Amino acid sequence: MPTGLQITDLRFAYPRGEASVRVNSLEVSRGEAVALVGPSGAGKTTLLRLVAGIFEPASGGMMFDGEDLRAMTPQARRQMRLTRVGVVFQDFALMDYLTVEENLLLPLRLGAGAKADHETRARAFADRLEVGRYWNKLARELSQGEQQRVAIARALIHEPTLVLADEPTASLDGSRKMIAARLMLNDARERGATLLMVTHDPELLPLFDRVVSLEELAR
Amino acid sequence: MNIAGPYHLAWRYIVRHRAQSLLLVGALGLVLALPLAVRMLVRAAEKQMRARAESTPLVAGPKGSETDLMLGALHFRQGAGQALHLSACDEVRDSGLAEAIPLHLRFRAGDSPIVGTELEYFEFRHLKVAEGRMITRLGDCVVGAQVAREKGLHPGGAMYSSPEQVFNIAGVYPLKMRVTGVLAASGTTDDEAIFVDIKTAWLIQGLGHGHDDLVKPENSTAVLSKKDGEVVANASIRMFNEVTDANVASFHFHGDEADFPIHAMVVLPHDAKSEAILTGRYQGNKEVQLIRPKEVLEGLLGALFRIEGIVVAALALVAAAAAAVAALVFGLSFRMRQREFVTLAEVGVGQRTLFLAKAYEVALIGFGALGITTLLMGVLRALADTAIIGRLG
Repeated sequence: MPTGLQITDLRFAYPRGEASVRVNSLEVSRGEAVALVGPSGAGKTTLLRLVAGIFEPASGGMMFDGEDLRAMTPQARRQMRLTRVGVVFQDFALMDYLTVEENLLLPLRLGAGAKADHETRARAFADRLEVGRYWNKLARELSQGEQQRVAIARALIHEPTLVLADEPTASLDGSRKMIAARLMLNDARERGATLLMVTHDPELLPLFDRVVSLEELAR
Repeated sequence: MNIAGPYHLAWRYIVRHRAQSLLLVGALGLVLALPLAVRMLVRAAEKQMRARAESTPLVAGPKGSETDLMLGALHFRQGAGQALHLSACDEVRDSGLAEAIPLHLRFRAGDSPIVGTELEYFEFRHLKVAEGRMITRLGDCVVGAQVAREKGLHPGGAMYSSPEQVFNIAGVYPLKMRVTGVLAASGTTDDEAIFVDIKTAWLIQGLGHGHDDLVKPENSTAVLSKKDGEVVANASIRMFNEVTDANVASFHFHGDEADFPIHAMVVLPHDAKSEAILTGRYQGNKEVQLIRPKEVLEGLLGALFRIEGIVVAALALVAAAAAAVAALVFGLSFRMRQREFVTLAEVGVGQRTLFLAKAYEVALIGFGALGITTLLMGVLRALADTAIIGRLG
């Protein structure tokens, strides 16, 4: 059984037709880290949302670890996002009235339930991303960069087998950008998870196993 | 489904938006409490008034409003100020059918009524002195438990009767009364009254007075004329505004006591037959009316309950409107937070979990409001008895 992500003949168009996404073929193996590049508005974020099951494609196939993502019910897709997929959203998707700790553990608390080792792992990620000192601070009290680092930590805490990251270092300065990117890559590789990251940053590209362009995928 | 997570999320939202949440909880709590409070206060008032009316077989007073007479005699509320002569009291006694206890209700000390009566009243109402002793002399008073508490009065203290009109120098002068005792709390209107001997009430009214002895040689220069035992003196003679052991002998009344005023009397028939005869006897009386307080009260309560029903219905409508407003507030709040719920859905939170989080939020606010209502009702229940006693008068 093939493992990792396989996309074939994927088609998606927004209802008003303002943009569309087309992917003829994309495969990302388990343990592989792929950077997705392309001009703004090309549909990179849309592709990540399609893979995450937030959007429904018009046609085509999407498999992950041999499981047909398109055959899943919306509820099953949500459950998968909550338990097996880690998503770093472009807008961070943090709850501004929750603390860093509460935000980090939120998917676990609303999903399978947070355990003691999850909290330890969350603490470790927060420390490595230099947001551990804000543990009890509300998300709305953090800077953009700090919020982005919290969002990265939240995507990794539940040890997802598929990590989707939408420009996760856009708000970070030089050194922190590299720390965050390495953390995500190393964590995915160590656990054999599939990583698909949208980035515009040429400094980060050498860190990935492969760089794919959305334009090439559509050809 | 994990139910602790949604609860955690709802609780955190409420805690982190505590000002708005408290406002909503408080407003809903008050709106829920209002109709219940009105109902409870009316019921408590009814209970107290009924108990008082049932313990008073008959009341006599000047012709006029039966309700005013009942409220005056039972709750010391003086209406138009019409009065009877004390002789009316003697007539009842002389009939051999009943005992009569006169009540003089014209004066107040501040906002407390001064009740002029006789010692039989205390026996009839089972009032005991908790501190000090009973009235023994002209100018003495015993005060109800609540008056003593509110005014900080104790035996040995003093208080003044209030003038009826501050600028009328020819009117009633304040009398300084000696507090000899504090009555034990009875949970009735008696707790809010100041009791004096009926002669002290007449003294306040100016029907009696005390002054320097005109017979003494040192006061002879003040005497203007003496004729047929009537002595006229000038203004240098001192009038006493306080009864003391030294001057008590100088106090005297002018005129026949039988003509002195009373405002009501409690009539205690010896038996049912006597009650029936007395009632019949006073039916045609043009000056005096005899009422059964219980019957008058029933009429009053009937009207009160009709009003209560309207008020409670109006308040229930207000509560329903407030509930609709609360629903709107929640609806708008959830709509404004739509982005937050979309985000949670994108993270992977299921629809049922989101629904549960919203339901917990509504429930927590609702329970908070119920808690406020319960607390308010508890406080009101504790205060109701004491709060109502005085408001009846």
